[in-house]
Formats: sequence, C-alpha cells, structure tokens
Amino acid sequence: MFDTLSDRLQGALGGVRGSARLEDEAISRAMREIRLALLEADVNLNVVKEFVAQVRERALGAEVTKSLTPGQEVVRIVHEELTALMGAGSSKLAVAPSPPTVILLAGLQGSGKTTAAAKLALLLRNEGRKPGLVAADLQRPAAIDQLEQLGRQIQVPVYREDTSDPVGAVRAGLQRARAEQRDVVIVDTAGRLQIDEPLMEELGAVRREARPTNVLLVLDAMTGQEAVNVAQTFQERVAFDGVVLTKLDGDARGGAALSVKAVTGKPIKLVSVGEKLDQLEYFHPDRMASRILGMGDVLSLIEKAEAAVEEDEQQAMEERLRKGQFTFDDFLSAQRMLRRMGPLQGVLKLIPGLGSQLKGVDIDEAQLRRVEAIVLSMTPQERRLPHVINGSRRQRIARGSGTTVQQVNQLLESRKQMEKLMKQMGKGKMPTLPGQLDLGAPQAPGPNGGSRSKSKKKKRSKARR
Amino acid sequence: MTRTWSELLGDADGRRETEDEQRGFFGRLRDSLTKSRRALTGELAAAAFDPADDAAWERLEEALIGADVGVRATAELVRRLEARGVAGDLAGPLAEEIADLLGEPATLGVAARPSVILVVGVNGTGKTTTIGKLAQKLRQHDRSVLLAAADTFRAAAEEQLEIWARRADADFVGSERGADPAAVAYDALERAAAGAHDVVIVDTAGRLHTQANLMDELAKVRRVIAGKLDGAPHETLLVVDATTGQNGLQQARLFGDAVGVTGVALTKLDGSAKGGIAVAIAYELGLPMKLVGVGEALDDLRPFHAPDFARALVAG
Repeated sequence: MFDTLSDRLQGALGGVRGSARLEDEAISRAMREIRLALLEADVNLNVVKEFVAQVRERALGAEVTKSLTPGQEVVRIVHEELTALMGAGSSKLAVAPSPPTVILLAGLQGSGKTTAAAKLALLLRNEGRKPGLVAADLQRPAAIDQLEQLGRQIQVPVYREDTSDPVGAVRAGLQRARAEQRDVVIVDTAGRLQIDEPLMEELGAVRREARPTNVLLVLDAMTGQEAVNVAQTFQERVAFDGVVLTKLDGDARGGAALSVKAVTGKPIKLVSVGEKLDQLEYFHPDRMASRILGMGDVLSLIEKAEAAVEEDEQQAMEERLRKGQFTFDDFLSAQRMLRRMGPLQGVLKLIPGLGSQLKGVDIDEAQLRRVEAIVLSMTPQERRLPHVINGSRRQRIARGSGTTVQQVNQLLESRKQMEKLMKQMGKGKMPTLPGQLDLGAPQAPGPNGGSRSKSKKKKRSKARR
Repeated sequence: MTRTWSELLGDADGRRETEDEQRGFFGRLRDSLTKSRRALTGELAAAAFDPADDAAWERLEEALIGADVGVRATAELVRRLEARGVAGDLAGPLAEEIADLLGEPATLGVAARPSVILVVGVNGTGKTTTIGKLAQKLRQHDRSVLLAAADTFRAAAEEQLEIWARRADADFVGSERGADPAAVAYDALERAAAGAHDVVIVDTAGRLHTQANLMDELAKVRRVIAGKLDGAPHETLLVVDATTGQNGLQQARLFGDAVGVTGVALTKLDGSAKGGIAVAIAYELGLPMKLVGVGEALDDLRPFHAPDFARALVAG
C-alpha cells in the first residue's frame, strides 16, 4: 500500500540525472508528495505544514549532486531535515547526583507502560545498575500482578503497597527502594486520558511525591493525529523529559514520534522493538527518519544480524566454509541464525526498496520449518557425511520428518549446490549469485552518510563479510 | 434515536433500556467532553461553506485528515460533497456522507447457542476491558456467558479477565501462562458443549499484525474453534484503539487475512481522539463497526451507531 517516498518523488520529478537546480514547479510537485507521505505516516497536519515549508526553502535552488536524480536529492534533503529535527536533544537518561535516580513513566491506557517499565529495568540492570520497580498503577485490574510477574522474570524487585492511593504507594515504594540501596527506581503509573482532570491531577501529585530525575511519556508508535494533543497536555501537567516509543516492531511508520518532538521539543529516548523484555533500545534519529519516509532500515538489519550471530559461531562456520565443507549441521545452524533474527518477512522489510516489492509476496516460514524437520530426522552421521544417505535412508528421513522423499531429495540437492558455491568462494572466486537484489538507487549514496559514526561503519563492513 | 443493545443483539422484544443508556454515546460525549473535543465544524467554519473557495475545500481536507480519516477516505468524502453541490451548511451533508461510508447498522452474531465470539487485536487496545463490559451487557440481556482466557502470553492477563468475569457474573475458563491458547479455547468450547452457556467469549493475547508466527498461532485458535463447533466463531471482533492512526488499516487488513474479522470494536473514544480511522477501515475494507467504547464505566460500551458517530465526529 505504501510506495516508498523515493519512488513517488521519482515519479513526480522524473529520473533525469544531471546538475540541474531544483526548480520551483518541480519542488511544488515534490512537496505535495512529501506532504502526503508524512500524513500517511501519521505525522500531525500542522507539523507537516511547518516541516514542508522548511524543506521547501532549503530545496529551492539547491544544486542536484551529480550522482543523484532530482527526486533523490529531495529525499536526501528531507531525510537530513527529519534526522536533524528528531536528533536534537539527548537520548541519554539523566542520572541523579545522589542515588536513587527516579524514572517516572506516564501515558495513555494501553501505550505499554508496564511492559516498558520492566524492559527499562532490564536494560539498566544489563548496564550494571541496580534497578527497582514501584507499582503505582492501582487502576487497571491485575496491573500490579503483571509488574510483579515481569519483575520476577528479570530478577528485579517490585515494591507494592496495599493501598488505593498512588501517592502513598510511591512514597512507600521509594522508601523501600532506598533502604535496599537500589540506584535506579522506575515508577509505573496507571494509564490515563490527558483530558481526565482528576487523574491528571493525581499524576501531578505522584510526580511531586516521586521527585523524579526523568519523567518519560510512553507513546504507542501507532498513534495518529491525536499524539500532539496527548503530548502537549502531558507536557503541561507533568513536564516530561523524553519519550519512550513503543510497539515499533509493527509496521507503523511512527510519524507520531516526529509530531511529539516538534510540538514539545522533547527527545525520543528509547524505542521498544519487540515483545521480548530485552527489546528496548536507545533511539536512533536517522533510522526513525528512514522509517517515517518508508525507506527501510539497513542499520537495524545489520545490528539484528550481529545480535543473532555469535562471534565464535560465525568464525567456526567461516573456517569450515573456507575448507569447502558444508554439512547439514552447518546448514542447520545457518538457518537457525537466520531465524533468530525474527520472522523472515520482517527482516526483509528492513532492506531499503525491498519493502514495497515484497507486498503480496509470502515468505514461506513453513518451508523453513520443513527443512529443519528434515535435517533433524537425519542421524548425526548422515548430517556430517551426507553421501551415505541412500534410498532407504531417504524414505526413513521423509517418514520421520513428515515430508516426502521428493522434498528430502530437493534438500539434498540444494546442499550440494551450496557446497559447490562455498568451494568456489574458498578459492577466492566470487560466485555469481542468481537474481542479486537491486537495493534501489536512492540508498546507494547514503542519504544519511554524514551522520553515521565510525563504529557503525566498522560494523557494516564486518557484517558484509 | 440511538442504537440499542437489543437491536445489536437481534432481540425482537428485548429488555427496555434506561434513559441513561438510551442517551447513547453521542450524548455522553457531548456532556463530558465538548470542551476538549475541537469539532471539525469549528475548524472549518462549516456554517458558511463556500464551494467556490479553494481554501475552504482545503480546510475540509485538513480537518478530516486531522481526525485520522486518512487520505483515501478523505478524497472520497470530498468527491461526494462536490458531486452533491454542497453550499452553506456543510455539517449536515458531511455527517450524512460519513455515516454512509460507515455502512448499514450491524448486529452481533449471538443467535446460535452457544455462540462464540473471538476477540483479537494489537497490544493495548482494550480487548480484555471490552470483553468484560460486553459480558456484563450480555448478562443484562439474559445470556449466560463463559469467558475464556486464551491470552496466555501477557503477565497477569488471566487475572485481569477473571476479575471481569466475577464482576459480570460470568463463568471463566483459565489457563497457565505460556499454555497453548488454542487448547484454552478448546477447553472453553468443551465446557460450553454441556449446554449451560449462550455465549462464549475468547480473549486472546495482543499481537502486532506483522508478527507472522503469532498470527499463525491466532489462526490456529480460530481453526480449533471452527473444528470443535460448526459455524463458530460466530463473530471475530477486532478491537481498535480510537487514537490509532493510519496503521489501523493495516491492522484490520492483516487480522482479516489471518482470522476473518467480522466486525470492529472501536475503543477509547472518550479521549480527544476522533476515531476517524473507523471511517477509513469501513470505507477501504468494508468492515462493519459494531461496538464503541467511550469510557471506563460499564454503560460506556455501546452498540455502534453510524449517524451518531458521524455527528459526533463532525459537530463535536
């Protein structure tokens, strides 16, 4: 449904390369497309208007770099402006001069505060801190149970109080956290509508009691135009310092992030990118810019790959591959590495230009599982020395894995092909892969080239190895 | 006249509703929220709409997009209003066209005995709360209800539903955390097969529609229900948060693909969000809205009534 903005601009501006300047009329066409793209990404209308005016000014008369088409040039400018706008302000959390650092989470119902509280606690614990959680959501049935269960899961203490007064719960919780020498305390509050006067009043009282070092607004990435009103009111009432953007693992473009930054000036600090408790990350403005523009996210992909593949695992496999060996054990572990990165469809979507080509294409996860079943039905000897797999063994493997002999044969054949490929590579020849992906021109020059840090460049080359 | 629960449930001579219930969500909204809801009409000076003024059309477009109606449904509404030759008062015709996009009034499929309602949606939209209130409403309309906690993923989800079951005086089938949700649904249907229940409502874990494995799991829950009882699930309700933006379309599309959604419950309409995504979903996917949630109180879950909703959207 969403064409990428680059495709659309290409259509609006034509693909003519050259050093022409961007002319007024062409820019107007481009700005209409940008406006539409941002609105479809749920960026607030007023923010869109302001932003487009700003970009327009910058684009007017801008010289089109030789290597780019006018469409790409506009995308580059838009991307840079977006990145700059969202990147202003630090994503770091403030640390209290004398512990504990108190972090107060607030937001609408269902934005993901309780889960975010646990994820943040785990993130801080993994950074060497001693976090504690205070349960101050006394509204939603079983909210405290939820926090306690999560706390047990990540081995972080949860302080709860049998009271219906959240201010009292916070006071008692903080006292106990101090007594137990916790250096960070995260306070989970009840979800509330920003127009609910009594509950907003209560949140103010909780804030005064907690005297937090950080107040974070928890915001659902799928929020629409309303994000601005929500953020403005929370800003007035509890003066938050930053935003935790949740549910970014979906396909929401997350334009709300831009809206909130634009109207409150508060930075996005953390983003939640998955259901697992370790899937909370610090915010990367350039990635968010790409996402809002529908340009995919190469850096996230690379980091996902790195996280999924352990260093020594990778080395061991490389070693064997260099020798031209590719057993079914290798086959299996390669496949598992891939699967650890998450559902294949999601992984592929991160590749720029591929997202839009993939719509309608079904990545058959079932087939991957079938392959795994076949390999698991082999004996260790068969996996190591596939040539011993004769007719009767094939029948046994097919029965064992619930597949057919044809499917087993297919897999045997593709392993052979793979091994051949590996042998070529081992000899230093670059094999020609059929159907190499065209990653789409717009990314090639790197619209965000300047902002990437050195360490990331290093990571990229490693991941490409 | 707003839509009553009896009409939604297809009861010919159902129990009469109290005045407060009848006032409907439109009245409740107007009473409590006028100050915070900036109506579209205010933004576009609808009383003196001049069709010759391009800026007026632009303001209309912007107001609709600002209400999350989305680019396509907005274009359709503008096209229709242009075709009608609207001039002067815009509010009435606009509300009519929005109501028209939203389609015919729907009923909730609870005629079969037992009827199974499968409730799905992304995380945090208010599935469990909606189920709790729906159970209470069904009890008030003389249905015996069984709630099944097939959300085996989120911590304490089962406890939350159990509390609602107690409040609504409904029976309850629980589960262990991490258990197979399809097995929970199966257990519930097994229990309902004894004949003591009119409606079984199956709560499922919130999941993002892009998570293929979790969507597969949901499809399995549906298959198990369908295999256990002919014609079930009789309703598959997608719960959508009214603050959702254009991603709501993707939610409806992908949940529809996976489990065949039959209707939408639009929740949290009591905030300042106008819930225009409902118009986009109805227009682009033809999915009927069936329920709206406008607050925390029991009576704040209402049958969806398109003219009311459209008027609230336009006139505030």
